[in-house]
Amino acid sequence: MQELLQSLAPWLSDNAIFTPATLAQYWGGFVNTVQLVFISLVIGLFLAVPLSIGRASPIWIVRKSIWLYTWIFRGTPLLIQLYIAYYGLAFIPGVQDSAIWPLIKDPLYPALLAFLLNTAAYTTEIFYGAIKATPRGELEAARAYGMSPMLAYRRIILPSALRRALPAYGNEVIFMLHASAIASVVTIADLTGVAYNIYSRYYAPFSAFIFVALCYMVLSFSIQGIFRLLEKRMLAHLQPR
Amino acid sequence: MKRLLTVSLLGAAIAAGSAQARDEDTVRIGVDIPYVPMEYRTPSGELAGFDIELGNALCKQAELKCNWVEQGWDGIIPGLMSRKFDAIMSSMTINEERRQQVLFSDPYLVPPSAWFAPTSTKMAGVASSDLKGKNIGVQRGTVQDNYVTDKFGDVANIQRYASADDVAVDMETGRLDIAFLDYPTGQAALLKGGKYKTMGEMMTEPKEYFGDGFGIAFRQRDKALAEKFDKALATLKSNGTYDEIHDKYFNEDGTNAPQPDQN
Repeated sequence: MQELLQSLAPWLSDNAIFTPATLAQYWGGFVNTVQLVFISLVIGLFLAVPLSIGRASPIWIVRKSIWLYTWIFRGTPLLIQLYIAYYGLAFIPGVQDSAIWPLIKDPLYPALLAFLLNTAAYTTEIFYGAIKATPRGELEAARAYGMSPMLAYRRIILPSALRRALPAYGNEVIFMLHASAIASVVTIADLTGVAYNIYSRYYAPFSAFIFVALCYMVLSFSIQGIFRLLEKRMLAHLQPR
Repeated sequence: MKRLLTVSLLGAAIAAGSAQARDEDTVRIGVDIPYVPMEYRTPSGELAGFDIELGNALCKQAELKCNWVEQGWDGIIPGLMSRKFDAIMSSMTINEERRQQVLFSDPYLVPPSAWFAPTSTKMAGVASSDLKGKNIGVQRGTVQDNYVTDKFGDVANIQRYASADDVAVDMETGRLDIAFLDYPTGQAALLKGGKYKTMGEMMTEPKEYFGDGFGIAFRQRDKALAEKFDKALATLKSNGTYDEIHDKYFNEDGTNAPQPDQN
């Protein structure tokens, strides 16, 4: 990073906005955005796998309660969920004296909570759709081999369902990255928040926002590249020869 | 024939519409509402506030026809540039960065900035050593934000909010130890109810941050219009009208001013 800044120095001296100080702010915002999105996606993914199995469960109460959860989180805007997690939780009576207050006090954790519950809800529905779409023949073959439902999930249903869900999940990851742009409303200095600070300090909307748009594009294209590689590998059996 | 008539009627309607929208004698003034006691709506929906009354008095003095255009703060300078309105009179602090974009009138009010903390605070003052490790709340992009960022950015944790109401809510939750706002805003958002107090001196210096005070902003090329307002302001200051309006909004208890709509 230091070397990069050195080599940019002559060009930087010509303008008022992209100084090493503001570039360092953008870098901090970049780190915050990546961290926020990555952690919520990883936890959301681990939550979504069991939830999607439960969503397809024959037990009524399990199926319906998970449906209710995804219905609520997919039916309301993420911005509202973020407001409730940040401002709402702080006003629960007694919470400010409780052991979890240090977590709620820091804007990072309420934002993480809202983001990961939101992405988990969408991912659950994506995986559930893929599980439902498992060819009937595969299920019958598994039963004919005498596999228990557990074993059939582990060996047959999940490997093929998660593979089929890959393109849709790649979309969800990119949506999540772009949705994270609202984190600055709860004082987190993410990429968009930093762009706002710089815009409002120098009144230069084009420079501040086009630069941040490019940062998001770099991230999006990297994610797309990773998913393309994954799809090539995991979905090789579906590729036209 | 019928079609031709329709087209020409449509053309005439459009021409009439645009003529109405853009009357050269009308000065459209952009304002961000609400910002008590500078600009807000009364319960009956009418505009009130120091800026509004002074602006109307200035227009009357300069014999201009004025109307007010509401515009959110983030887009207020772009709105001026893109000719959505011809002037901004919305408690805008004059400073160097803004001067590069817009032309300012003479300052019409110098409002102080102030620190606000809970009455129960254990902080002794507002020096660097007192603020070390504390959470300071500011409104994003304000002069208070710039000042605190430059002076205490290294020692304190600065949290930037979209509005003063959000700052007030997070003072309530205890996420913030102290807030730095311009005094009228902080007074309206925090001082009522006795839970908060001001700390340290009210600040109008150094000028490089707090500027010369509030000014009316114009596009750089509209020098003639700015001069009209400057002349009118000088007249109002000498004939007592300015003091009358000032006292109405900034006397001790503020009871003479129209009450803002509570919603």
